[in-house]
Amino acid sequence: MMERRLWREGSLGIAGKVWQTNWIYLLLICALAAVGYVALYTAAGGSSEPYAQKQLIRFGIGLVLMIALAMTDIRIIAKWSWPLYVVGIILLLVVARYGHVGKGAQRWIAIGGFQLQPSELMKICLVLALAHWFHRASYERVGKLLFLVPPTLAVLLPVGLILKEPNLGTAVITGAIGAAIFLAAGVRWWKFVIVIAALGAALPIAYHHLHDYQRQRILTFMHPERDPLGTGYNIIQSKIALGSGGMYGRGFLNGSQGNLDFLPEKQTDFIFDLIAEQFGLVGSLSVLFLLLLIVLGGMLIALRCRHQFGRLVALGISVDLFLYVFVNIAMVMGAIPVGGVPLPLISYGGSVLITAMLAFGILMSVHVHRDVEFPESNAWPPP
Amino acid sequence: MKREIMRSGIFTRRALLVAGAEIGIFGLLGARLYKMQVVDGAKYTAMARGNSVSIRLLPASRGRIFDRFGAEVAGNRQNWRALLMVEQTNDTDSVLDAFSKLVALSDSERSRIIRELHTHQRYVPVMLRDFLTWDQMALIEVNAPDLPGVLIDVGATRIYPKSELLAHVVGYVGPPHDQDVKSDPTLSMPGMRVGRTGVEAFNDIALRGHAGAQQLEVNAVGRVIRELDRQEGTPGTDIGLSIDTMLQQAVTDRLDGLSASAVVMDPRNGEVLAMVSQPGFDPSLFDAGVSNTQWQSWMNDPRKPLVNKAAAGLYPPGSTFKTVTAMAAMTSGAVGPNDTIFCPGHYDLGNARFYCWKKGGHGPLDMRGGLKNSCDVFFYNAALRTGIGPLAAMANRFGIGVDDGMDIANVPPGLMPTKAWRLKQKKPWALGDTVISGIGQGFILTSPLQLATLASRVATGRAVGPHVARHRDGVIQQGTAAEDWPEMSLSEHHFTTIREGMWDVVNAQHGTAPTARLKLPGVQMAGKTGSAQVVRIGRAARERGFNSMNLPWALRPHALFIGFAPYDAPRYALAIVVEHGNAGADVAGPLARDIMTDALTLDPAGRDTPLAPKPTAQITIPPVRAS
Repeated sequence: MMERRLWREGSLGIAGKVWQTNWIYLLLICALAAVGYVALYTAAGGSSEPYAQKQLIRFGIGLVLMIALAMTDIRIIAKWSWPLYVVGIILLLVVARYGHVGKGAQRWIAIGGFQLQPSELMKICLVLALAHWFHRASYERVGKLLFLVPPTLAVLLPVGLILKEPNLGTAVITGAIGAAIFLAAGVRWWKFVIVIAALGAALPIAYHHLHDYQRQRILTFMHPERDPLGTGYNIIQSKIALGSGGMYGRGFLNGSQGNLDFLPEKQTDFIFDLIAEQFGLVGSLSVLFLLLLIVLGGMLIALRCRHQFGRLVALGISVDLFLYVFVNIAMVMGAIPVGGVPLPLISYGGSVLITAMLAFGILMSVHVHRDVEFPESNAWPPP
Repeated sequence: MKREIMRSGIFTRRALLVAGAEIGIFGLLGARLYKMQVVDGAKYTAMARGNSVSIRLLPASRGRIFDRFGAEVAGNRQNWRALLMVEQTNDTDSVLDAFSKLVALSDSERSRIIRELHTHQRYVPVMLRDFLTWDQMALIEVNAPDLPGVLIDVGATRIYPKSELLAHVVGYVGPPHDQDVKSDPTLSMPGMRVGRTGVEAFNDIALRGHAGAQQLEVNAVGRVIRELDRQEGTPGTDIGLSIDTMLQQAVTDRLDGLSASAVVMDPRNGEVLAMVSQPGFDPSLFDAGVSNTQWQSWMNDPRKPLVNKAAAGLYPPGSTFKTVTAMAAMTSGAVGPNDTIFCPGHYDLGNARFYCWKKGGHGPLDMRGGLKNSCDVFFYNAALRTGIGPLAAMANRFGIGVDDGMDIANVPPGLMPTKAWRLKQKKPWALGDTVISGIGQGFILTSPLQLATLASRVATGRAVGPHVARHRDGVIQQGTAAEDWPEMSLSEHHFTTIREGMWDVVNAQHGTAPTARLKLPGVQMAGKTGSAQVVRIGRAARERGFNSMNLPWALRPHALFIGFAPYDAPRYALAIVVEHGNAGADVAGPLARDIMTDALTLDPAGRDTPLAPKPTAQITIPPVRAS
């Protein structure tokens, strides 16, 4: 009891913070990274070059960043929410103006040999900003329609910019994260019903404005045989790789589909196929279970947190992670259209790994600072 | 504090809801993993075993092209060829060696094959040799065990049954270039062709159709176990042309031996019935690739056989343009239909003297007389009074210097100069430029196709556009009925004046082109001659008593003629350009008479014209032979 009060005062020392760190969660993250190492090792046909070794170094850097963030006072992070949001928007504008164009989309900016994908960063910034907004809101105020206008705009602005890149998959995920936070903050059910109905009505119009290649993807998804050599080819080959794993898999380094280059970009978006092919249902279900534990671990951190900001941040980040996993795995199964969404910590790639580690760092900071006294300002905006 | 409890209560309830949904969706993912890996696992394992599924493209047959009466003018012929399926062989070098022992491969063929082996995706076969003879095929079949991955296949070659006759209209196809393959990967299939000129190029995408694909289950050594799936392609669109091959042949015969072109149109709807450019070439030579000697002989021929002079040959229209000047002058009010202008044989503008073709001058002439006599001085005056702006605008309305929308490839818009155009060249517009524009000299450039359009529009007063595609897959195209084209909205009285002047040119006493008079009873042609100078003839030369026939061939003026018939109810309009043919009346006039006579006697536009072609003969590719 004594200890608790001290934390509320905000004088949690470094030793106390280490003591409060969620070591089990850290262990789960390391386990996931280990799965990623094995998968990338097999993607290179049984070699740590060129993927696994590099990714491990990136993970090491990410781990340092993550722990540093975990030790950072959540109230400082909260204070920086909106400035970070503005930075995220500026980065998205920069990408729209000067970004690197790859595969018909403008998604990256190069910062000293490092390809930064601002839309990934933006999702975290949006979570922080929305959490900060709703943290200030009393139960009654959330019911006011006018109070919901600024956060709605805060969601629509980045979603619009990401759509323009164009990156339909990330835009949808960003919107969904926003919706999850609105839901958890206590926005009334009927408002969601209206928004969903409006979206349904807007869908045909939106389809009309899609890029040709996006329309092609959706059509290909509905009729894979239309394009058996392009996108359809990937889906067919991905399903074969996944399905041929059977119950126990074909054994370590024995996957024919992966090894024989049937799968394009197997080290990134289609990495789950390699696991499924080599380790079968047992292996792929284990990985799926591990991912579920990490997602639910985030939810648990949210539920145990004593302040609204931390709760909403933890929920937003864990929903983001969940959506990543769902979209990627459903995609390799051929259950939803191919969207270019990687599997966090398993897929090869620096930008996604680092942003995921940053997100985990914030999540862990929420855990460490779950009991701190958080100033609850009711001065602005007026009720 | 109470509020905080309420808020956290809502959060807890809803977060648990989200978590529940997440668990549920993870459950669904797990269930689907179970379904795919355990329930359907055997199926996928079979597909995966030994490289599993092989996808092969089934090229669509290229759409055929028919003439007005359903005769095939471009079609496909089957031929046998040897392909190499890269995924079925481990050692392409030894297969190539073994193959070349049976069928000799030249060095260039070999290097092409090796290049394609490196650039093609693995499921796209590489062509080893096209056009196999029966003996070669037998030899390959017998030695099949030594040739893993080699298979005999049916390919299609483009054939042009009418050979040279329609080469310029229909165009030809050739092997795809690298940038074509980039835009459509199915073009990397062996034997695919891309339209390069004419109708073939303009309608290339429609003619190509869509490739199908088959998914084959293949075992570890590449043997085909069975076909898993087959999606037939869509054959290309068949196109029916407005061209009448018989008339085309007749016109070609008339122009034989000349470097000339002629267009015959239906002036009521713009359908091109014949479009001839002489000399021609055999378009089927392009399908397999043109030999260097053949190419050189074409390139060195001053008569340019590969150029479609009817659509892409650009010439000053000469006096045929006076019809446009007349309409512009009357419409702007600069020269009324009954105003007279005196021709003393020359026209002076400052220090410059512009001559009439008639040395002594024509004396006083009205509009009809000016056209009848093709008086240069009359139209110098008319152009100057009208001004280049209204003149150019009228020329554009008659299709000169603008894109008419002709539906074959590589049709230039020609040139109708304006002050703005001249300024872009950093030169001021001179009044002298307006003067000579009035008689179709100077900067103006038109094609025979545009001149035939001009004749059509004068004849009917409708803004018809020329076109050759009459129907696609049997569906009649927009623009084949007169009602599809708008009226020109110009004075009918002015049109009558111009038509009467053109009637005079051919039929009146002392008209400029009595050579074009038809010998058919009761049918008269109206027309206008033209001679387009290639080199400027100076004052000194004129005073010496200049005769352009003394010039070398390449410096003689082009001979032109435009006309339409029957005069009272026009069914045919034509334009003829004989390169370096000298005077329009002497050379183009008789040709016009003969060609118009052919058109009227064959009467393609009047005959009952079936619209639907014969049903498409689909080339069926047999299932791939298990090697």
